[in-house]
Amino acid sequence: MAKTPVNRARLLQGNEAIALGALAAGCDFFAGYPITPASEITEIMSRELPALGHPFIQMEDEIASIGCCLGASLAGRKAMTATSGPGFSLMQENLGYACIAEIPTVIVNVMRAGPSTGMPTNPGQGDVQQARWGTHGDHPAIVLCPASVGECFEVAVQCFNFAERFRTPVVLLSDEVVAHMREKVTLPAEGQVEVINRPRPLEPPDWYKPYKADGSQIPRLADLGQGYRYHVTGLVHDERGFPTRRADEVEPFYARLFNKISRNFTMLEMVKGVALEDAEILIIAYGCTARSAQAAVRLGRERGLKLGLLQLISLWPFPRRPVEEALAGKKLCLVPELNMGQISREVKRVNNGRTQVHRHSKMDGSMITPEELLARLRVLS
Amino acid sequence: MSPAKKSGAPASAKKAAPKTLPAMNRLEVRLAGSGGQGLLLAGLVLAEAAGLYDGREVAMVQSYGPEARGGASKAEVIVSDRPIDYPLCSKVDLLLALNQEAADTYAWDVDPSSWVVVDADLVEHPPTSRAVALPFTATARDKLKKIMVANVVALGAISQLTGVASLKSLEKALLARVPKGTEALNRKALSLGAKLAREQAVKEKPAQAVLSAADF
Amino acid sequence: MPPVHRSVVYEWLRHDKKFPHVWCPGCGLGVLLGSLVRTLVNSGLDKNRVVLVSGIGCSGRLPVYVDVGSVHTTHGRALTFATGIKLANPDLTVITVMGDGDATAIGGNHLIHAARRNLDLNAIIVNNLNYGMTGGQYSPTTPMGAKATTARYGHIEPSFDISALSATAGAAFVARSTVYHVTQLDKMLSLMLQKRGFSLVEVLSPCHTNFGRQNKLGSQVDMMKTYKRDAVRQERWEKMSQEEREGRFSIGVLVDRDHPTYLDHYAEVCQRAARLREEAKS
Repeated sequence: MAKTPVNRARLLQGNEAIALGALAAGCDFFAGYPITPASEITEIMSRELPALGHPFIQMEDEIASIGCCLGASLAGRKAMTATSGPGFSLMQENLGYACIAEIPTVIVNVMRAGPSTGMPTNPGQGDVQQARWGTHGDHPAIVLCPASVGECFEVAVQCFNFAERFRTPVVLLSDEVVAHMREKVTLPAEGQVEVINRPRPLEPPDWYKPYKADGSQIPRLADLGQGYRYHVTGLVHDERGFPTRRADEVEPFYARLFNKISRNFTMLEMVKGVALEDAEILIIAYGCTARSAQAAVRLGRERGLKLGLLQLISLWPFPRRPVEEALAGKKLCLVPELNMGQISREVKRVNNGRTQVHRHSKMDGSMITPEELLARLRVLS
Repeated sequence: MSPAKKSGAPASAKKAAPKTLPAMNRLEVRLAGSGGQGLLLAGLVLAEAAGLYDGREVAMVQSYGPEARGGASKAEVIVSDRPIDYPLCSKVDLLLALNQEAADTYAWDVDPSSWVVVDADLVEHPPTSRAVALPFTATARDKLKKIMVANVVALGAISQLTGVASLKSLEKALLARVPKGTEALNRKALSLGAKLAREQAVKEKPAQAVLSAADF
Repeated sequence: MPPVHRSVVYEWLRHDKKFPHVWCPGCGLGVLLGSLVRTLVNSGLDKNRVVLVSGIGCSGRLPVYVDVGSVHTTHGRALTFATGIKLANPDLTVITVMGDGDATAIGGNHLIHAARRNLDLNAIIVNNLNYGMTGGQYSPTTPMGAKATTARYGHIEPSFDISALSATAGAAFVARSTVYHVTQLDKMLSLMLQKRGFSLVEVLSPCHTNFGRQNKLGSQVDMMKTYKRDAVRQERWEKMSQEEREGRFSIGVLVDRDHPTYLDHYAEVCQRAARLREEAKS
């Protein structure tokens, strides 16, 4: 069968689009462990990477998978792993390591209903706060969430670009519905995707300090084993990477770790608006729930309700400014989620009492339907 | 036919669409049966036919359960001329049920205006008296000697009945998916299905047929 | 092995900040560090192409002293990082340094799978029979009946034989040594570096501060003497009866076998995949 060129419309599954997006972004290393509903990503990478001569490995568990990715990333690869809730829980330890050691990597978590084994083939959005706070210790986080197959591709590329640019782990938070549904998408042709690679040191090895940053706050990362002999540790370290407990070295380290993200909030706040211009009632949603909300906006407007949707693509850092703007002047805001209100709490925090914000939580293993949202809005308004 | 020729279709199909295909505003199709009856493949072929060759928007979901073989399984395809927002069925317009369990399990949200198409032999008690019962499995077994193409026979029939995807596009999508060497069999199964529908289906349509069957 | 001049050793250590080291006076880890540096110098390897990876514990602090690429990872996970580094760049010599608790308790799963996979990694496991850094709790290698801070009334679990475990799991090379038998230790490390495939050296090292004190084994010197007393060369060990072996252990090369490594197989996979891709195109 002839190979379909990338720039032609194809019917793709969300998980397939994530794998293809990663490859388009230059992913050249994958380590993973099978888990529903993320296995397709691992399967596709096991098919694609060897054909390109790049490493793929299925490890003994998720802890090993992320460890493997971090090692590979230090050695210069663009590494990704993919999992679901139970595996994501296991990865938290080394996710923290990636934060403190500032190792770029992309972790895909296809959310299913939890906690624990939960419902492996049913959607959930219960890992939103885990993606933010799952690993111990305070740290910044970048978490992106697609709602369509096309967005799966775009967001996967974006995750790699953010990971490389900010020298940090990035979490792609998908869900079972988005992961498994198939949609018609036209992927950009090869070379049409903006790919960012980590800044590597310009100075000779003898002068290199792996954790010394210029004004950007982001230190340059040398490939391990290429002449730059540096130390990487999960202990708090000085500019040379050596452990330190001196307050005058520890404090600037943490400050820089947070600054490199907070100074770039504008770039990291990713949202999409639907019919916001004249909307009186606002829905804020993400992932598969944003699809229900899109339908609710369409159906509501057919019935004369002035609805608008703010779809969050970046969940963390929480897109404070766009949310504030969207909330301004609205009569009412509804935040539907497949959890007990993990993002609605953030919306309420940002809202600060100006607008009525209600959560709409559902945890029965099924999606929120558009009619359900409209019924709830009828009651509220 | 060379696949290269076929895969050139989407662009031209898109241009041709307004002329040959009636407008379609969100048609929800549910293909149900037991695991192993090939409903995932049928769903894929239908979605690719409608999406890539008829040039419409499509979304497809499938049931994910332990029932890779046996049990009730389903694939749902939504076809529309507009971007699809909600990707699941909210009001099924066309239910295809290839066995009794699927007919029993998945007919609950089918309303009186919907098409219900069932396998005449494997569904003894159709969920509604309006159901169109056609012998998909028997045709595949007796006429094609390959029971496994019953899904393709059914695809041909539903295309003929509802026009959710044109037969031509279905054939293109099908041939791009099936294993080499089975092309003739599959093409035959598809046209036999369409013939079945033409000859045996009760011509009267449900009250609010999703698409005019005027093409035939 | 030719003697290594001090100045060469100096070149391979990070002097600017790191010394004095964190270990207790008399700890065997210093001996191992010396042995490892001597072996690396003698191996003729380019220090730019060597990566040391460790987990958590006293042994985890070893790589920071050596002037090569060094990664001090999370507890038990050294082999997973090492696997990633080696796969990402097969030209590098990757050496992991782990403790007994690190490698066989929290990292036990990674150890057996790394051995099974037979990726060309080098693993040094420093076995001091307990968790030294956290205060002398029992580990998977603590002997039955021994005292530990979490086994005040005597340890009740059978212990792992690290070398036998790794050999069974599929390691290409397994050797045992002690920090008393330094010349032999140098040799074992050197053989480990030369071997393709997963190569492991178990190094017995005294923890007089915790294990020794709790079990009344005397000073570090007394504990060293028990190595001298109890260690038997593998060649002799094989001829000994069960009774003679009681209370003693063997040192030397326990397993040395050649089978294709993970990367040998993976290269074939890449070729197969590329060929199929080419065929599909034409």
